[in-house]
Amino acid sequence: MTSTETQAGSITRTEGGVLPTGEREFMLDVKTSDLEINMGPQHPATHGVMRILCRADGELCTGAQPHLGYLHRCAEKIGESVEWLQYLPYTDRYDYLAAMNNNLGYSMAVEKLMGIEIPRRALMIRTICAELNRIGSHLIAFGTYGLDIGAFTPFLYMFREREWMMALFEKICGARLTYSYIRIGGVFNDAPPGWLSEVERFCDTFDVKWQEYVDLLMVNHIFVKRTANVGVIPKDMAIDFGLTGPMLRGSGVDWDLRRDEPYELYDEICREGVFEIPLGSGERGTLGDCWDRVYVRVMEMREAIKIVRWCLDNIEPGPVIADIPKTLKIPPGEAYVGIENPRGELGHYVVSDGGKVATRVRVRAPSFVNLAVLEAIMPGTLLADAIAIIGSTDIVVGETDR
Amino acid sequence: MVDPVLSLAAESQTSQINDWLWTVKPDFVPGWAVPLTAVLLAVGIAIAIVSMVTMAGTWLERKVSGHIQCRYGPMRVGWHGWLQPIADGVKLLLKEDMVPTGADRPLFLLAPALVLASIFGAMVAFPLAPDFYFADVDLGIFMILAMTSTTTIGVVMAGWASNSKWSLYGAMREAAQVIAYEVPLGIALLVPVMVAGEFNLIEVSNGQAGGMGVFRWYIWPWMNPFMLPAFVLFFVAILAETKRAPFDLPEAESELVAGFMTEYSGIRWSFFFMEEYAAMFLYCVVGSFFFFGGFESPLTSLARLTDVHVLVQVAAAVTIVTKGFAGLFLMMWLRWTLPRVRIDQVMTMGYKYLTPIALACVLGGGAWEVAVSPHLPWVN
Repeated sequence: MTSTETQAGSITRTEGGVLPTGEREFMLDVKTSDLEINMGPQHPATHGVMRILCRADGELCTGAQPHLGYLHRCAEKIGESVEWLQYLPYTDRYDYLAAMNNNLGYSMAVEKLMGIEIPRRALMIRTICAELNRIGSHLIAFGTYGLDIGAFTPFLYMFREREWMMALFEKICGARLTYSYIRIGGVFNDAPPGWLSEVERFCDTFDVKWQEYVDLLMVNHIFVKRTANVGVIPKDMAIDFGLTGPMLRGSGVDWDLRRDEPYELYDEICREGVFEIPLGSGERGTLGDCWDRVYVRVMEMREAIKIVRWCLDNIEPGPVIADIPKTLKIPPGEAYVGIENPRGELGHYVVSDGGKVATRVRVRAPSFVNLAVLEAIMPGTLLADAIAIIGSTDIVVGETDR
Repeated sequence: MVDPVLSLAAESQTSQINDWLWTVKPDFVPGWAVPLTAVLLAVGIAIAIVSMVTMAGTWLERKVSGHIQCRYGPMRVGWHGWLQPIADGVKLLLKEDMVPTGADRPLFLLAPALVLASIFGAMVAFPLAPDFYFADVDLGIFMILAMTSTTTIGVVMAGWASNSKWSLYGAMREAAQVIAYEVPLGIALLVPVMVAGEFNLIEVSNGQAGGMGVFRWYIWPWMNPFMLPAFVLFFVAILAETKRAPFDLPEAESELVAGFMTEYSGIRWSFFFMEEYAAMFLYCVVGSFFFFGGFESPLTSLARLTDVHVLVQVAAAVTIVTKGFAGLFLMMWLRWTLPRVRIDQVMTMGYKYLTPIALACVLGGGAWEVAVSPHLPWVN
């Protein structure tokens, strides 16, 4: 929209008979234009260094354009210059809230090229870690969403549980955020003694706390009023934009890679009907609104607990890493593996020419793809809604920019 | 000798200080210096009280939020961090006083002062005890409402002068919100004013004396059943007036960075902060005077039995300050629990619901006062 058009638009508005004659003539000389505001890169609600250029007519947001690249660290290019295993720590850094899942995606892509078999215990521990990390990631998503809406306290409650989850990871691999624990061929080391029973205790506690969060925030009247019917993404729009994860399922599209393109143990887990895939239903407003997306995340946390419990019940002693050489030489070829990350489909496309270094490591980051929908749904909302919509996409800037 | 400046408050502390100063005045001091000194001293005492309330308020906010969020809040500076406000005050005083380039400098500097001055002005009408006040204003509640309204001018000034879009948004929201909620606030207060037949805070409190200091509070349904809804309206309106969650839109952190305060730092920023806590406390005190008995409490009733004047004054002061802080605690509790509402929801609620309900309360309360109250033995 050019400024002339905006001006013309406002003149039409005033000529619509709203203002008395004298004032209308006065308004003809007044140049009005929409306000352009930079939300970010330093803004409390952009969840990192992202910039959203908003065009606002008073409180009304008439346009929005995300600008990326403030956290670009050449992750994919680095993949072409370090050894296969050395790239693993870089995967931690794209979606730093779900590093286990990133490790898993990359490892699986490389393993697919190698064609090796992973020990069953390693698969179990991988699944436990990935699902625990999903819970941690969704806790952040839900907590910071409360923060965006203006509720400060639930955020800290959720950090309390997340803290325990991080302590569990610290016990198993020594790191709290960037784990590099799931390796090519299995996991780095076996779970320490007592770790599995502590995970069980975590599950028991979390079930209680989960209900608290739902009561405190999810069904809070103000929260519902702020999120229901806001930022509606219809089903076909969600598919057109290639959304994945809770963004897609919030719009009622029943698609989850864990069930529809099962990998590792999920085939078995799904066959036993351990977990359900929560879908948005427009329960409090319209199908595909912000509330639905948050609802999907909140329900997924409980489903993740069920998967963790199943793994704890079925885990058996055994080796945790396949017998692989220290310096990997991957057979030539290419492989794509997409896994269900907390934010959607994380795809790794790796190409090998048979050497110690990858020819190409391409990452399909769910946050990056999901972000694109902002430009389509933000115009016409209020400024506060715009914040609610950004929050509901649950982007991690480390992943959009890589 | 009664000075024209002091005639407003003939029996106030100011005039008492004035009288005392005359008795100790050395001969070489000119006569005009006495009322001036008296006023300055009184202002000093008033500012000290407001500052202490503010400091206690900020400390309480941190502790309350801390304990609500499963943490301790400040613990290092003094016992349970009680000296934290002083440490903060010193830090804020030592910070650089920055005026952003492109800001409207005079307005930018004036705005925090105006905000603080208006709340201090309103505090003048707040009696700390039945015989300890700076001005016994007959239209006390009018004075308070009028003075606190002027803070909006300061806030809008700050938002405009900052030359920042976030500040401007905050200021515009503040203006819209405060104007929308002043209407139900004023109307809701009319109900107790009608019941009391008084605008003067001390007189309103006296009207609730008896009943062991509890049972004749205006809030009780047996005094007037329309008082409870009026109080709920009043409380919602003061939340909006003081920009407290869930109505903290003018400074909505996640939306507007810090709203109208975005460009402020150091001591000027803390002026806005002080205003917020002083206003919260003041409104809570007003609520206690008009709905919860004011100075009246079992403690005050007990103190009256002793017939010691000072004891009654102290008991009354303790009562009103406790009630004020109880209200403050309620506001903090809400802030750390509830999400924020949206601007259109704020406006809808203010104009479409609160104002008509407040008017209905006035009608109902007035009718009750005329038709029912004269026949109730416990009211008269």
